Amino acid sequence: MTFAIDVQGLSKRFGDHQAVDNVSLQIKQGHITGFLGPNGSGKTTSLRMLCGLLTPDSGTGQVLGLDFPREAEAIKRQTGYMTQKFSLYEDLTIEENLAFIARVYELDRMSARVDETLETIGLTHRRKQLAGQLSGGWKQRLALAAAVMHEPKLLLLDEPTAGVDPQARRGFWDNIHRLADEGMTVLVSTHYMDEAERCHEIAYIFNGKLIARGTGDSVIAESGLITYEAEGPRADRLGREFTGKPGVEMVAPFGTALHVSGTDRAKLEAAIQPFRRDPYVWTEVQPTLEDVFINLMRIHAPAEVRAA
Amino acid sequence: MMGLSLSRMVAVLAKEFTQLVRDRLTYAMIIGIPVVQLLLFGYAINTDPKHLPTAVLVQDQGQFSRSILGSLQRSDYFSIDHVARTPEEMNKLIERGEVQFAITIPGDFTRRVVRRDKAQILVEADASDPAATGAAVAALASLPAEGLKHVLKGSLATINPAADPFEVVVQRRYNPESITSYNIVPGLVAMVLTMTLVMMTSLAMTRETERGTMETLLSTPLRPLEVMVGKLTPFVVVGIIQATLVITLARLLFGVPMAGGWAALILGLFLFIVGSLSLGFLVSTLARNQLQAMQMSFFYFLPSILLSGFLFPFRGMPEWAQWLGSILPVTHMLRVVRGAMLKGVGIAEAAPSLGALALFVVIVAGIAVKKYRTTLD
Repeated sequence: MTFAIDVQGLSKRFGDHQAVDNVSLQIKQGHITGFLGPNGSGKTTSLRMLCGLLTPDSGTGQVLGLDFPREAEAIKRQTGYMTQKFSLYEDLTIEENLAFIARVYELDRMSARVDETLETIGLTHRRKQLAGQLSGGWKQRLALAAAVMHEPKLLLLDEPTAGVDPQARRGFWDNIHRLADEGMTVLVSTHYMDEAERCHEIAYIFNGKLIARGTGDSVIAESGLITYEAEGPRADRLGREFTGKPGVEMVAPFGTALHVSGTDRAKLEAAIQPFRRDPYVWTEVQPTLEDVFINLMRIHAPAEVRAA
Repeated sequence: MMGLSLSRMVAVLAKEFTQLVRDRLTYAMIIGIPVVQLLLFGYAINTDPKHLPTAVLVQDQGQFSRSILGSLQRSDYFSIDHVARTPEEMNKLIERGEVQFAITIPGDFTRRVVRRDKAQILVEADASDPAATGAAVAALASLPAEGLKHVLKGSLATINPAADPFEVVVQRRYNPESITSYNIVPGLVAMVLTMTLVMMTSLAMTRETERGTMETLLSTPLRPLEVMVGKLTPFVVVGIIQATLVITLARLLFGVPMAGGWAALILGLFLFIVGSLSLGFLVSTLARNQLQAMQMSFFYFLPSILLSGFLFPFRGMPEWAQWLGSILPVTHMLRVVRGAMLKGVGIAEAAPSLGALALFVVIVAGIAVKKYRTTLD
């Protein structure tokens, strides 16, 4: 298996803030890798460094077989980047935006490509409309189409589905999988756990540090987290009984149910014992990715945050 | 009934104040614009210019000539810094704008004074800017009475200096009727282009940054020079249309003459348009938002109006202000456009100004391309 991205020791500092701290990434070719982490954890900065929009303070390796960051310009040409905020021209029509991108990349068969792209995203009949008038879901489809128009080998997506309705999100992910089937490597940052589960692999970044990576199942398994679920009337209200109890590392309501998790089975069971009574039903469940990530955040949080 | 709330108003006020203080450039401008501009223009502008560069052609090597030249120097209005040998040399000096006045003392001057036979000296003034020459010309009125006072002794004492022993013939060249609009209207070409072109392009990059489209632009293979040429070319067309419009109106409405310097005018306009656009582009790479870009543009406009010789005589300013004014492309464009329209200068005569404009283009465009960031760092 070859790596589309194989970068070690990636770092970037803005003033006093270490945005990305010694991150190493290995992204398999043709895979979809989910880049997860809370806001401000360094996802956008990492993506921007990979596509040459930001100069890394340190970090070396290879991207698409090219020397990173020395050959940033060449990497840029083979990379598609979709920004978090819609960054095409709102005062140009859909067609004009695509034509601009096609020209900037000096694509052959320009007008044919624009037509094909319009057809693929289903905007042929609205081609003369200003891009600014599109709804969030359509803007995102247009932005994705623009990002892959030059047939990049690597596609970097920065929270592409933020603010997009579920149906559009599903369509979007179908597209991503289709592109990956055709051989494109995709690195996509997201907040949504259901999206993380749609990725072949995930990488979790927190406070600028990469703290977990692998397939969803392996990340869950490696976390060593044990989760019990309580069901029953008002089970979700039990939460505060558990906070601070020894062995309980995390409590989270899930609808009407409650998840109580910890890494020490004996202590966790001891903590639950007093509540193993009517009307509550306790079952051990597999922790969700969300459980694992929230736990990871808790473990890796700076001391002052944990104390608070 | 909704009443006005003082605390709500204070909330807005406090917020605005915090935002104002946080924008450091705006803060600097609030202090900078009044202080810098007041000091600059307060000391620089002088509507009664003195020590105007003057060339003399003395064909009569006598005591009288020396006395008259001495008297001219003492008047403070004339600074004799060229001594021409031929009328052609004089002509060239005034045409190129190197001197404001050309004074000829003819060969028969002494003889005619002594014989009381209508002695004359000839003063040619470059009147393309009437404001620059007005006071100096007025001062010439007292020259016949004063000029020979000290030398009319002995046998010549019978010549009464008060009875004007000679006559000063003033010839206003290029704008004989001293029509102010002949000077101002061609100058407006330079001003209009400065205002619109610098301002429009100064927003070119900041708008991309503010709308977030900069990220798309940077993620493509576009190179800085490609972006710059692509962004500026439409405005070159805008500039040409504006220049044509102003010059046509100047001719039709104000009757400004066109003495025939088309080649110098067109070359000058082209250089000036490209220079102004490059400057705007440079501003837009430096400013972080559109407000800052506007402020920087205004900071440039004021000296362009006041120190360039557009409104006030360039030669009236102290040397340091003239030096500052010489950095501004408007100063050189004004010389080209006035020279071309009023004097009919060709490319050779306008070469110093055209050269300065070309240098400005090269330097500013060079810095702009260098300053253009290909990353978001």
